[in-house]
Amino acid sequence: MEFCAEPSTLTGPAWWACYLTTPTHFSFYLSFGTVLALILLAVPVILALGFAGAFARRSAFLPLKLVGQAYTSMVRGVPDIVFFMFVPIALDQAFEAIRHVAICPDTGQPIYQGNDFVVCDAAKLPLGDAAQWVHQGYGFLLALIAFAIVFGAFAANTIDGALTAVPKNQLETASAYGMTPRQVLWRVHLPQMWRYALPGLSNLWMILVKATPLLFLLGVEDIVYWAGALGASKTSFYDFPHPDWRIWYFGFLLIFYLGLTWVSEKVFARLNLYFAKGQASHGSRREPVMAQ
Amino acid sequence: MSCAQTIADYALRSIGIGERLLPKSDITLCEQVVLIGSGMIWNVYFGALAVIAGFFFATALAVAKAGHNRWLATPAQWFIFLFRGTPLFIQFFFAYEAFVLLPKLGVDINLGFGTITAETRWLTKAWAGALFVLFLNTSAYSAEIFYGALRAVPQGDVEAADAYGMGGFARFRRIIWPTLLRLAWPSYTNEAIFLFHATTLVFFSSFPAWRQKGDALYYANYLAEKTFNPFISYPIAAGYFILLTLVIIFAFSLVNRRLNRHVAPEKRTRLKFRPQLIR
Repeated sequence: MEFCAEPSTLTGPAWWACYLTTPTHFSFYLSFGTVLALILLAVPVILALGFAGAFARRSAFLPLKLVGQAYTSMVRGVPDIVFFMFVPIALDQAFEAIRHVAICPDTGQPIYQGNDFVVCDAAKLPLGDAAQWVHQGYGFLLALIAFAIVFGAFAANTIDGALTAVPKNQLETASAYGMTPRQVLWRVHLPQMWRYALPGLSNLWMILVKATPLLFLLGVEDIVYWAGALGASKTSFYDFPHPDWRIWYFGFLLIFYLGLTWVSEKVFARLNLYFAKGQASHGSRREPVMAQ
Repeated sequence: MSCAQTIADYALRSIGIGERLLPKSDITLCEQVVLIGSGMIWNVYFGALAVIAGFFFATALAVAKAGHNRWLATPAQWFIFLFRGTPLFIQFFFAYEAFVLLPKLGVDINLGFGTITAETRWLTKAWAGALFVLFLNTSAYSAEIFYGALRAVPQGDVEAADAYGMGGFARFRRIIWPTLLRLAWPSYTNEAIFLFHATTLVFFSSFPAWRQKGDALYYANYLAEKTFNPFISYPIAAGYFILLTLVIIFAFSLVNRRLNRHVAPEKRTRLKFRPQLIR
């Protein structure tokens, strides 16, 4: 007979061993992967958008400059959670509207009907008959895009500031040696920029880590969802009845995030020393970080 | 229905005055603007009280963390690390569950000569519970800012105070504290702005909006769901927050000017809005 087949007869460590290995608990453990996947997938996109935004803002071409400035100032003054609520639903409607026009243009009905948003069935995203994981994946993708757009704007601010912070005489010396602007950028400007960008980017990383529970608001079954679902009190109708344990589950999440913060701080302290190598700035020595 | 009527019905809806039922269909632009504006009352309430109360606690924490007494420094350090190292969103969840677990009727406190019953029920309501969490959270963030500024106070100032025979609280109150605030003020302004932004999390975490009395984002979300059109309600909420941000920057810049009034113009600390996100 299987070990966990009759949970009501179990006691002590055996009960715990079976309780913590139920399928729903494995979903909970996997959802930590979802969070880490979101962070790791978002970082390259955020950096790409950050560089794009920073270089757009520094561009000599006026329309591009305006786009860059609009993008980087977009996130100021407005709570990011507004963006997290707005971007996914706006994107979703945009995708569906485009597909509606492309796939079934001749329904003859407007998409906005009074208080309803109506597209034909074939244009729905994901399709009505799609599997559950497709729905989840689509929600995750929208969330990822929302995170990338918002944090990309912040990264653009940081990178722009770092590019400005590289001492001018370094760049002038490089061009005096006969380097082309492209060579100056790749050989002098970008390598030196990292040292100035790193404090801002590490701050951004910390904030990104701490923003991940917002996935829950976007309907993704993340750690917050599972902590709430698993911790809720279970009557004797369930295999493993227990009172309301949500406080323990959320406490566990707090510890998880504290650990993540602690590890990140250590890694960034190392990176900081690495990038400061060979630069004659005050910060090459370890210094107390003023404020945030 | 005229817009004036809408204002009469919904301008104070978020605190329970006016029409009870929220608009369900044929929602007008006026209704959206008024209802979301009504929700801003909560954002201002949470933000203002948390910032004011947090200011004093943060000062105490910063002094404790910088001090030599290990029995004060270590708890302060841990408090700051705990609240800065975890997402505010989860702090809300955790606090709510903790408050719910408190005995429903209250805690009996034995004073020796008799018992008093501390009412704990109101902590599960957003107006008290969420405010408490926001207060602790902003205290931790502000304390880190003040701590950094405290360490940046010029040693010469402190030595001059010593030379004048000033010590203890007088030295702190008259020499260290003004400079600390002056150095910290630009960062502290950012913290205040982001605390106000963070108030939007209250009704999206576990604190329920009782009788649909919610904040600006709560109503913006409600209206976006009812109209299936996010392109109106969210920009309205965003507009309100930009206005609020401008008001905060204005108010803090007045304080900043006062803090800097004795400093040579080129050495003054400038208010610079450096964006930072959720905690």
